[in-house]
Amino acid sequence: MAVRKLAPEELQPESFAFSSETEAFAEQQIAKYPPGRQASAVIPLLWKAQEQAGGWLPRKAIEAVAARLDMPIIRVMEVATFYTMFNLEPVGKYFIQFCGTTPCVLRGAGDIKKVLEKRIGEQNHVTADGKFSWLEVECLGACCNAPMVQINDDYYEDLTSENFEKLLDDLAAGRPVKTGSQIGRNRSEPHDAVKTLQDPSLYDGSQIGAWRKRFEEQAQPAATGEAAAATATVPEAAKAAKPAAGRAIESDAADTPAKRAKEGEAPVNPTDQKEAGDASRATKVEARTEDAAKPAPQSGKSYVASPGKDAVPTSPTTPNAGTPPAEAETRRDGSESKPGVTVDKDNKTS
Amino acid sequence: MAKIIVDGVEVDVPAEYTLLQAAEAAGAEVPRFCYHERLSIAGNCRMCLVEVKGAPKPVASCAWGVRDCRPGPNGEPPEISTKSPTVKKAREGVMEFLLINHPLDCPICDQGGQCDLQDQAMAYGVDTSRYHENKRAVTDKYLGPLVKTSMNRCIHCTRCVRFTAEVAGVPDMGAIWRGEDMEITSYLEKALGSELQANIADLCPVGALTHKPEAFHFRPWELTKTDSVDVMDAVGSSIRVDSRGREVMRILPRVNESVNEEWITDKTRQIVDGLRLQRLDRPFVRENGRLRPASWQEAFATIAAKVKGTDAKKIGAIVGDLAAVEEMFALKLLMQSLDVTNVDARQDGTVLSPAYGRGSYLFNTTIPGIEDADAILIVGSNPRFEASLVNVRIRKRWRVAPPPIALIGENVDLTYPCEYLGAGADTLAELASGRHSFLEKLKGAERPLIIVGHGALARPDGLAILSAVAKLARDVNAVKDGWNGFSILHTAASRVGALDLGLVPGEGGLTAQQMASGGVEVLFNLGADEIDIAPGAFVIYQGTHGDRGAHRADVILPAATYTEKSGTYVNTEGRVQMANRAAFAPGEAREDWAILRALSEVLGHRLPFDSLNALRAKLYAAHPHFAAIDTVQPADGASAIQALAGIGGTPGRDAFVSPVKDFYLTNPIARASGVMAECSALARELKLEAAE
Repeated sequence: MAVRKLAPEELQPESFAFSSETEAFAEQQIAKYPPGRQASAVIPLLWKAQEQAGGWLPRKAIEAVAARLDMPIIRVMEVATFYTMFNLEPVGKYFIQFCGTTPCVLRGAGDIKKVLEKRIGEQNHVTADGKFSWLEVECLGACCNAPMVQINDDYYEDLTSENFEKLLDDLAAGRPVKTGSQIGRNRSEPHDAVKTLQDPSLYDGSQIGAWRKRFEEQAQPAATGEAAAATATVPEAAKAAKPAAGRAIESDAADTPAKRAKEGEAPVNPTDQKEAGDASRATKVEARTEDAAKPAPQSGKSYVASPGKDAVPTSPTTPNAGTPPAEAETRRDGSESKPGVTVDKDNKTS
Repeated sequence: MAKIIVDGVEVDVPAEYTLLQAAEAAGAEVPRFCYHERLSIAGNCRMCLVEVKGAPKPVASCAWGVRDCRPGPNGEPPEISTKSPTVKKAREGVMEFLLINHPLDCPICDQGGQCDLQDQAMAYGVDTSRYHENKRAVTDKYLGPLVKTSMNRCIHCTRCVRFTAEVAGVPDMGAIWRGEDMEITSYLEKALGSELQANIADLCPVGALTHKPEAFHFRPWELTKTDSVDVMDAVGSSIRVDSRGREVMRILPRVNESVNEEWITDKTRQIVDGLRLQRLDRPFVRENGRLRPASWQEAFATIAAKVKGTDAKKIGAIVGDLAAVEEMFALKLLMQSLDVTNVDARQDGTVLSPAYGRGSYLFNTTIPGIEDADAILIVGSNPRFEASLVNVRIRKRWRVAPPPIALIGENVDLTYPCEYLGAGADTLAELASGRHSFLEKLKGAERPLIIVGHGALARPDGLAILSAVAKLARDVNAVKDGWNGFSILHTAASRVGALDLGLVPGEGGLTAQQMASGGVEVLFNLGADEIDIAPGAFVIYQGTHGDRGAHRADVILPAATYTEKSGTYVNTEGRVQMANRAAFAPGEAREDWAILRALSEVLGHRLPFDSLNALRAKLYAAHPHFAAIDTVQPADGASAIQALAGIGGTPGRDAFVSPVKDFYLTNPIARASGVMAECSALARELKLEAAE
């Protein structure tokens, strides 16, 4: 963890008082807890105070929260220093939290970091114009669109050095920017055309759930000639479980795709593949009338109830990849609350 | 009660006990760092791991209740093991982790030889480290003049944080940052604002917090330990005086559940340097306005010449705050033999007197009794500074379940919330007449406690106030069978003993104030430094330090402090306790009783004892209760309260002012101490800051 410290005295503001909005928020938060337990609201209050103070917590703000909650200052200090999302030193107008965890690094976060270092400088360092500062943080949970950064309250994903530079330029110039994916990806869908899970048979019950029909068909003869089947499966000449000790193993034991590849053959026998993929081998499933009506076990509320045949959709539920976000029906959009960042629906960064 | 098997021994313990307590009840020793009997449970050091049968892994015994253990399959009592190989291995693992970041600086660490980590590493540590990374480094913190920090050594047990927040009631300390970066500090490294802060260095199981004034002065194994009692206030805390050769090196608390539990105030602990500074080490005689060193014979001869030519009515004796019962008894006998009735041990002008019965001047409730009180009224006292450990008990009572607590007097921070009623006797009258709702709370209480301090008593109208309080106590039924809620809080260690001896003016005798303001021609001053003696009288000062009394003296007889003599002290409850000699008085200074015995011979009225034992035999014959060391002889509360209530009188309108203006400078020893001066200056600063 990076070494954190309180901001030096010369950066600390002279005073800090709750704005009316913060005060209203504080009242609302404190009201959530029983009387005398107002200290429970310390984290929301610190969060709001940080928002009011411009993204960081001055000492006076910590003291103001302590006074508001009737707590010893050191107790609030303990909380404010414990959580790394409370910034104790001033941050830029655009505070960039750069994800430096493995998935982002694998997808090129190193380049993004270079851009940050080049344009902004070291971590925890505010640019001269006060616009930017950045901090490397752990996984922000948007690995699907790695690499990504969080700027103030918004995620900016699918970054490359070029589009990230442009993003920073736009922010610096006060131009509207697009949140979310910077390459036109819809949410976390595949970026290019959707190539998988498109076969309609996946959704008509012909493959998914087909095992049951097959199982029932195979179980039928086994049940009738059980004794005969039992004797029939006894091997005529039992083999030793292990090779005799000391015997040299002359060849690879199994016929594996890796071995085949080594020998210059196709790893998978095309005929085998064709047989395995033969739709005629799959059986259509019957409606599971008796099971479908049952609730999922051990829970009154089912999170896993699988739809019966009637409910199976006839077409894929996901729209085609590459649909521009502007055309998507809904948007993950927290940007309205963010002053200074206007989102232009038609702006396509990628 | 619940049964539990500890290492094969079945014990029956209360179900709310923790496994650690149960193990101790069964005689098993469990190592620990963070757990402390008098603090809340933190469970963060993990050293007290034990194995619980059926549990998948070792559990922290300090934080696991006996009632939380599952019984065996056939209803057998739960079984724990404190000595199994698993436990040993687990503890060794914990110890290894603790030692990862602990510096190997035992040779330069003041905790060496008295260190929990050192001791437990002998049992659970390994001889080498497998850790090859860099150790954590933490900057040392400033916590004031009493506690020295060396934060690299901290193992984050948070005992200090819990002590300041829970016992001292001053939430100054905390643990900021987190994980490996966690640091114990005060807010912005301000000095701690507690009069009990040095206890955190005792609590610290490692050398992270040590006592600053005694840093690098000694090793614990060099010291001779002497059990004694403290005389800085009237609580009479049990202490252990550690000395090396002639010098007292440190003072530590001793566990005494009935008085100080295991805490002592900073003044009790850190006046050690005052015991060797400013000492009177030879007799002095004033000649031509200047004191000159003299021999004992010269000094005695000067006194004898003066006394012989003076009428007994013009001779007087005042006793100070630090005198032991023995010398007061000797002084009383000497004055009796001289037919002197002007004897007074109440230099602060308090109105308490044995005339109204012993119950009229004791803290009748006793200090442990505070924990039973269900409504508390404090009149004219600031217990936090007049008797800090009484305040700790009130706070302890408040923490269990807050009783109604009200305060009449100075509006001070007592570390617990209390209803402030008013400043003076007027408020008391209003309360008595029922114009305050608090009267109902007192009346409704089963065991009301009324504490009267010297802010209300050490003043000319003190008797009227005392009478009014007694009336109030009678009205709220504070004194009844099995409960005496009428308690006087003293500030001087000698006072109760003196009142027990009857060291108050005899028939036609003058009080201390009258004597000091010119009522007598020859004044024998036995260590009274808190009283201004008007010019004119011939003053014989027998004391220990070159303080106010010595400056005004015409003859100085150097005496021994409480660590240099064996003496009996009676605390505010009436508990008789014995202080023992840990060192010898410097130079020609002698024990007080011996000085008086020698002087009596020169004066021609030889006292009838030649040894301390003979003196004590006489003392116990005259006052049998002094023989019952460490016990409280209960006083008849009902008659005392009747006697007091019958006095009547009209109290004045002045506000009550605590006699302790500066906690750190209340007696000559403390005023000689450099550490106390530093604390006092700091406390003034903090006060000014708070006033801003």
